[in-house]
Amino acid sequence: MDRYDFPDARGHFGPYGGVYVAETLMTALAELNEEYARAKADPAFWEEFRYELKHYVGRPSPIYHAKRWSELLGGAQVYLKREDLNHTGAHKVNNTIGQALLARRMGKKRVIAETGAGQHGVASATVAARYGMECVVYMGAEDVKRQSPNVYRMKLLGATVVPVESGSKTLKDAMNEAMRDWVTNIDSTFYIIGTAAGPHPYPMLVRDFQTVIGEECKVQMPEMIGRQPDVVVACVGGGSNAIGMFYPYIGVDGVRMVGVEAGGNGIETGRHAAPLSVGKPGVLHGFRSYLMFDEDGQISDTHSVSAGLDYPGVGPEHSYLKDIGRAEYTAINDDEALKAFHDLCRYEGIIPALESSHALAWAAKVAPTMSKDQVILVNLSGRGDKDINTVASLSGLTL
Amino acid sequence: MSRIAACFAALAGKKALIPFITAGDPHPEQTVGLMHGLVEGGADIIELGVPFSDPMADGPVIQRASERALAHKVGLRHVLEMVAEFRKTNATTPVVLMGYLNPLCAMGYAEFAKRAAAAGVDGMLTVDCPPEEAEELAAALQQENIDPIFLLAPTTPAERVAEIARHARGYVYYVSLKGVTGAGNLDIDDVARKIAALRQHIQVPIGVGFGIRDGATARAIAVTADAVVVGSRLVQEIEAATPETARERLTSLVAELKAAIS
Ligand SMILES: Cc1ncc(COP(=O)(O)O)c(C=O)c1O
Repeated sequence: MDRYDFPDARGHFGPYGGVYVAETLMTALAELNEEYARAKADPAFWEEFRYELKHYVGRPSPIYHAKRWSELLGGAQVYLKREDLNHTGAHKVNNTIGQALLARRMGKKRVIAETGAGQHGVASATVAARYGMECVVYMGAEDVKRQSPNVYRMKLLGATVVPVESGSKTLKDAMNEAMRDWVTNIDSTFYIIGTAAGPHPYPMLVRDFQTVIGEECKVQMPEMIGRQPDVVVACVGGGSNAIGMFYPYIGVDGVRMVGVEAGGNGIETGRHAAPLSVGKPGVLHGFRSYLMFDEDGQISDTHSVSAGLDYPGVGPEHSYLKDIGRAEYTAINDDEALKAFHDLCRYEGIIPALESSHALAWAAKVAPTMSKDQVILVNLSGRGDKDINTVASLSGLTL
Repeated sequence: MSRIAACFAALAGKKALIPFITAGDPHPEQTVGLMHGLVEGGADIIELGVPFSDPMADGPVIQRASERALAHKVGLRHVLEMVAEFRKTNATTPVVLMGYLNPLCAMGYAEFAKRAAAAGVDGMLTVDCPPEEAEELAAALQQENIDPIFLLAPTTPAERVAEIARHARGYVYYVSLKGVTGAGNLDIDDVARKIAALRQHIQVPIGVGFGIRDGATARAIAVTADAVVVGSRLVQEIEAATPETARERLTSLVAELKAAIS
């Protein structure tokens, strides 16, 4: 592959990305962009980032060979990148540490965040406590119900959780409300966006903080099996764990990259969250990308069993990687994800997040078609403790 | 001359009143009547909101207006039909659409510009499309002689004001405060200082909006601004009225605001 160097100076990944926001935010985004450029060139910034990842998060996260499950599947060997073992239980914390360090450099004492599954909210509340900042988390009222353990965790960590009652009461509405807070409190507040989306420079900086995932894999896989995997696969909500995994592999020929969106009740039912699979380019939340909307341009309601994938858009870099054919994107339905969830519990003793279960389900589907000496590396982006209420109620139980 | 330029020329230094309502609120069949009601009250230009599912820059009042309109499935194509209907009996009052970019993406910029011009639209204010991203849209609008209306904010630095001035047509819209539409933290003295500074770069008329709630604030803003935009306050009036009284109440409120700035 030719040299890949995106985004350009104005935040574009080909026709995607950019800065589609109201005028009030333009200057704040320009300031963030400048500060990030300075931080990027400052070795002390990265030294502190790496120190925090090592001693606070517990990185590097291991890679684990899921032998029993691979045997059961009867084809390719499945390896898991264990982001579930991170402090706070998901990859989200890699990004919140990076952004909190930026907030501190910029002298901001108040941080806000949007959250779907609550993992990014918890990771934001965590770093706010760690660095002594005030934290307000916006969360769709629907998600507050589905993810109640995480709501309480955020409160324990000292954050204020604001349930958002507008629109579909899920992640996209939480993001609208966070943007409204930001324009109102622009001088005091740093907006910690939780995925590789939003206006430039967010998709770039979130990616840069998450690439630690793929960078570690590139070192760990040769140590374990003497080579790189044949396929890397990750679930795609906004796309941060996936781009963190993919980015270091973009220039590595022979490594197939697969992003798995939420197929919900099935693409054909319209009740899903799979913009790369069936959406069209559009603009929402400050950037241009594949998006789900109706003929009038109204953003579609989405559905997924996993709150963290329940978003009608996707980070702009994935749209670009799709168009140039470097990554492929597909969808996994709720049922398939739930089966993979249970199988990983029973065969490997690991409770995966429902989001990550979508990537696992893709591996379960494709591994049997591959040979036993081939390797699929799945990004296990988070652990499923937060999901036990959802899974229990789908099994007809109340905890 | 465009309708917007003709409107400001005819005012000859007097201040313009620009009321905002959301198309389709409370019901699509009322919108054209409400537009005429605004003109009867003394509206110089009408800003007509295009309902959007995710109105990120709007406060609760205009969010609710959008939701009421969306409950009747009002979209951009219906808004254009409403403007065409309004134009049958009003050929002079400029109509500026205000909304978000995705409905325009869905229709296609060129197609939108063509249909908007045919309907009698004079300007397009796209909240989430700053000049940096507006090249393609602005070209499509220019092709049809529709003015792109750009926002300026309290946070916009001088160099950027100069840059936006190069793209501005019709008028510019100065957002009077840091916040969403309908917010309550308007600082009149600060706005006056900012407008004086804007005039060094901006040739077109300057409208001021966000947070103007009554005759007194409208009058104070009109001392320095060329035009005063009132939105949330009018939408609240629609919300409080019955379908029968909405037009009358809007007309008298607009008349009161117009008297205050005259
Ligand atoms: C464990 C986990 N994985 C994945 C996601 C999806 O986000 P992204 O696509 O940004 O990785 C979330 C979001 O909440 C999550 O909690």
